[in-house]
Amino acid sequence: MIPAAFDYVAPTSVEEAVRALAEGGEDAKVLAGGQSLIPVLRMRLAAPTLLVDLSGLTELTGVHDEGDSLLIGAMTRHYEVQRDHLVREHARLLCLATDTVADPQIRHRGTFGGALAHADPAGDLPAPALALDAVMVCAGPHGTREVPAAEFFVDYFTTALAPDELLTHVRVPKLPGWGAHYEKFNRVAQAWSIVAVAAAVEVSGGVIAQARVGLTNMGPTPVRARGVEEALVGQPATAEAITTAATRAAEGTDPTTDGNADAEYRAHLARVLTERAVTAAVGA
Amino acid sequence: MTVEVGKARRRKEDARLITGAARWTDNIRLAGMLHMALVRSPVAHARITSVDVTAAVRMPGVLAVFTGRDLAEEQGSLPCAWPITEDMLAPPAPAVAVDEVNFAGEVVAVVVARSAAEAHDALEAVDVDYDELPVVLDLEAAVAEGADLVHPDLGSNKSATWVYDSAEAGAGGDVEQAIAEAEVVVARTFRQQRLIPAFMEPRSVVVDPTPDAVTMWSSTQIPHILRWMLAATVGVPEHKLRVIAPDVGGGFGGKLQVTPEEVIALVVARRLGKPVKWTETRTESMLSAHHGRDQVQKVVVTAKRDGTVTGMRVELLADMGAYLRLVAPGVPILGAFMYNAIYKFPAYKFICHNVFTNKTPTDAYRGAGRPEATFAVERIMDELAAELGMDPMELRRKNWINHDEFPFDTVAGLTYDSGNYEAATARAVELFGYEALRREQNDRRANGDPVQLGIGISTYTEMCGLAPSRVLGALRYAAGGWEHAAIRMLPTGKVELITGTSPHGQGHETAWSQIVADRLGVPFEDVEVLHGDTQVAPRGMDTYGSRSLAVGGTAIVLAAEKVLAKARTVAAHLMECAPDDVDFSAGTFSVRGTSTTMSLGDVVVAAHVAHDLPEGVEPGLDSDAAFDPDNFSFPHGTHLCATEVDTRTGRVTIRKYVCVDDVGKVVNPLIVEGQVHGGLAQGIAQALFEEAVHDEGGTLTTATFADYLLPSAADLPHFVTDRTETPAESNPLGVKGVGEAGTIASTPAVVNAVVDAVRHMGVDDVQMPCTPMRVWKALQAVGGGA
Ligand SMILES: Cc1cc2nc3c(=O)[nH]c(=O)nc-3n(C[C@H](O)[C@H](O)[C@H](O)COP(=O)(O)OP(=O)(O)OC[C@H]3O[C@@H](n4cnc5c(N)ncnc54)[C@H](O)[C@@H]3O)c2cc1C
Repeated sequence: MIPAAFDYVAPTSVEEAVRALAEGGEDAKVLAGGQSLIPVLRMRLAAPTLLVDLSGLTELTGVHDEGDSLLIGAMTRHYEVQRDHLVREHARLLCLATDTVADPQIRHRGTFGGALAHADPAGDLPAPALALDAVMVCAGPHGTREVPAAEFFVDYFTTALAPDELLTHVRVPKLPGWGAHYEKFNRVAQAWSIVAVAAAVEVSGGVIAQARVGLTNMGPTPVRARGVEEALVGQPATAEAITTAATRAAEGTDPTTDGNADAEYRAHLARVLTERAVTAAVGA
Repeated sequence: MTVEVGKARRRKEDARLITGAARWTDNIRLAGMLHMALVRSPVAHARITSVDVTAAVRMPGVLAVFTGRDLAEEQGSLPCAWPITEDMLAPPAPAVAVDEVNFAGEVVAVVVARSAAEAHDALEAVDVDYDELPVVLDLEAAVAEGADLVHPDLGSNKSATWVYDSAEAGAGGDVEQAIAEAEVVVARTFRQQRLIPAFMEPRSVVVDPTPDAVTMWSSTQIPHILRWMLAATVGVPEHKLRVIAPDVGGGFGGKLQVTPEEVIALVVARRLGKPVKWTETRTESMLSAHHGRDQVQKVVVTAKRDGTVTGMRVELLADMGAYLRLVAPGVPILGAFMYNAIYKFPAYKFICHNVFTNKTPTDAYRGAGRPEATFAVERIMDELAAELGMDPMELRRKNWINHDEFPFDTVAGLTYDSGNYEAATARAVELFGYEALRREQNDRRANGDPVQLGIGISTYTEMCGLAPSRVLGALRYAAGGWEHAAIRMLPTGKVELITGTSPHGQGHETAWSQIVADRLGVPFEDVEVLHGDTQVAPRGMDTYGSRSLAVGGTAIVLAAEKVLAKARTVAAHLMECAPDDVDFSAGTFSVRGTSTTMSLGDVVVAAHVAHDLPEGVEPGLDSDAAFDPDNFSFPHGTHLCATEVDTRTGRVTIRKYVCVDDVGKVVNPLIVEGQVHGGLAQGIAQALFEEAVHDEGGTLTTATFADYLLPSAADLPHFVTDRTETPAESNPLGVKGVGEAGTIASTPAVVNAVVDAVRHMGVDDVQMPCTPMRVWKALQAVGGGA
């Protein structure tokens, strides 16, 4: 379908972009890779009157090594994240999750920041960001602020970003020596997750020293499977311990029912996929 | 002489199709052309109490807004060409709803604007009030006592009941007796979910109403039938109407239709005296282009303990949706002749009730009736095998028609001309490694492996080459099943072939050129295939039902023979001998026993200039031929599928897929391979992925490709394909058709494999599509799974 008419600006700096957003008010929207926004416009589910296109903001692309953490520009495309050796080395979970996003065409357009700012409960990057304790760097008319992932995802398709704020970068703490795995369950290759589990595990001397488990599509926002994390820490990295811990995966979640899965089945999947994700992360 | 036929030529149409140089309907731009957008009902059943267009007509760029009432007289009723019974109930089918809407997505108003964007902007400004009525969605509920009615005026939701009884037809015994005497009876109810044809190019239509005549470009499979039907229903005299199907990006039966949108564009363009274009959005397409399948099939099979099948009884509820579209009532009837499949059982009864619901109308979709039948029979053969404790392959062998029994008169009243099920099956079993996979299956069962292995068999046949006109007449179809071809021999030796078939992805330009090149001994490159324009190719019955090669290809052969017959007379005259003394080979005429020769090219020139022709011979070598087959063709084959079922998540993964198809003689193996692959993708999609779902209000909840899941290459296994070649007896090319085989055969192969994987755990059916959740729930229900 044809979107409703809108104005379009292509700022060349973050300041300009923030100004444009502020002037545009409620009806202004950021355009990143357009892989989620354009379909929404075409189906006329939203009709912003101004699009602020970030694709000219080269300062928002690329991955930077900041010592203890990586700083990933919001406009870094999925395929760049997939191939980036810093990400692969220090935040492998993000590479693995990005590998499962959509198809190559979409991964060449869609952006890392767009996928987080869109906050689709079925999207594959929020749960890994949450599991990795990523921090969102947001720029607004009054400067920048940093929002931890745990506070960033507020509700279905809703983040802590104000309408006149941009997500500019994402700070991801390095997890040296950790194993990681993203276990995604969907029905066709280019589809979003029915349920997915992001796991990062540190094993030391055969014992699980630290564990992070994030769940995709088990509620309106990504959630940490705290019960599983608790149950894993201090346990030997054995199949038995993992299986036992994984039984707690659906605790405190609020999965929906839709055409692909009802809540009961999602809860079951969360347990099975958690077992598989943690097993793979430990083995890795 | 065959040099070209059998060659795996790359398709000549592909260069333009894959480089963006194709001419789709939506590419057409005419001076002064207006754009149309359609307001569609969001509700499934309601009386329209008012349509207020005042705000919409004031929107920028809008020239006119029409309601159903505005167009009521001109639009007539959409045609249904297949009244399967004398007393079939058929509601009027307006293109734009006038008083009531009967499915969500039905057109209620038409906006015409200077640009497509302006037309779309104005849609929301049309204010329609609906007085909602009870919706009828479920087939079984629709035919229950006291059901709400889709069309209260008709007094019933049953449009028609059609019965075939082998005893009455004199083709076999009495099923009730077979049931009474049976040692084993297996009864099952299968549900064919509703599918959406999902062609790649959305539908699009452009109408140019000049003062002298009207030209319509449409993304259609059936320019000829469309022209005829439009002339008959909308009142444009047929000779003043030209229909063009330019490049068409897929159809799968979904463009075998006279659509509301085509009628609306025609009526509106004539009203305004300006060219009008309409191109649908994907969601519009999914809501309103006809759907396919959607049947409830109650099947009873009877057998002796030794596995000899003795009879089958089939009772169908077939969902027509809200109206009867072009050939919809006949779709399940095409299946009536296929439930006996490749088997010899002696008694058969088929009863079909066509039912109205408040859903998008259904009609032909790849296979049309035959996939449904094949699914049911191949599924129930597996169930019978399980009941008897027999290997399902063994059960099939015991019951199929042996190759030395052809021609074979079937219990459904057809005559199968040829086939060799033993050969195709033997090859498939070999490629598949059947025994080894059975052993692995047993091991996994014994070990309680969380991933179980299943083997699914489908030994199918189908009727293709639609169709002998007298049979269609006997089935009360309004049209014939012949096909037409004409050949124009141009003075420079080039050849124009005019065909009545209407390709929309099948590669006719290539395959037809190969046939002509061989028959006339001209280079492949010298043949141009003209089609899809009623002014250029004036006669034809179009493309559907795997008919184009078997019927249209034969017409080409006949037309070529006529060219050669006349050329022989002219050549004999010029070479001063009797026509009987002239031989023709590889494009050259020669006088037998001499060295005198003359090329076809020289004969063409001589016939064209007409300086020296035999007495009474008209100038030119052009010819015209029509072919009406006297039988269908019957492709067959054996498809074997191995699936792995993860009993913990319910996920089904196809581990191996082998098919050996017998489509008779092959003109172009590459095209055949492509058709098989695409067919398999669509058949597997029905088994595992696709389903049109409605909510309780009748709204389609799968109206985008995010919700209606089409598999892509990444979701499909490597296909192992091979062929056996048993020529058809019903046409001189020996061809049978391959457009639908993959779709027909694969669905039951996959579902049989899914059920086979978990049968030992107590599961004996999984509803299609076999989604992970459905498989998991089926396992939960029997206390299996993890
Ligand atoms: C067919 C298809 C399949 C897909 N499958 C998957 C999948 O399997 N898994 C998955 O995770 N995703 C999937 N996606 C979504 C894809 O990952 C998108 O790229 C992503 O969700 C959005 O990124 P984008 O850059 O395209 O953002 P856009 O579409 O441009 O924007 C999305 C939203 O975020 C806002 N936004 C974007 N960037 C910023 C910013 N820097 N600051 C503030 N707001 C911003 C926009 O205003 C908009 O509201 C799929 C998309 C398609 C079309």
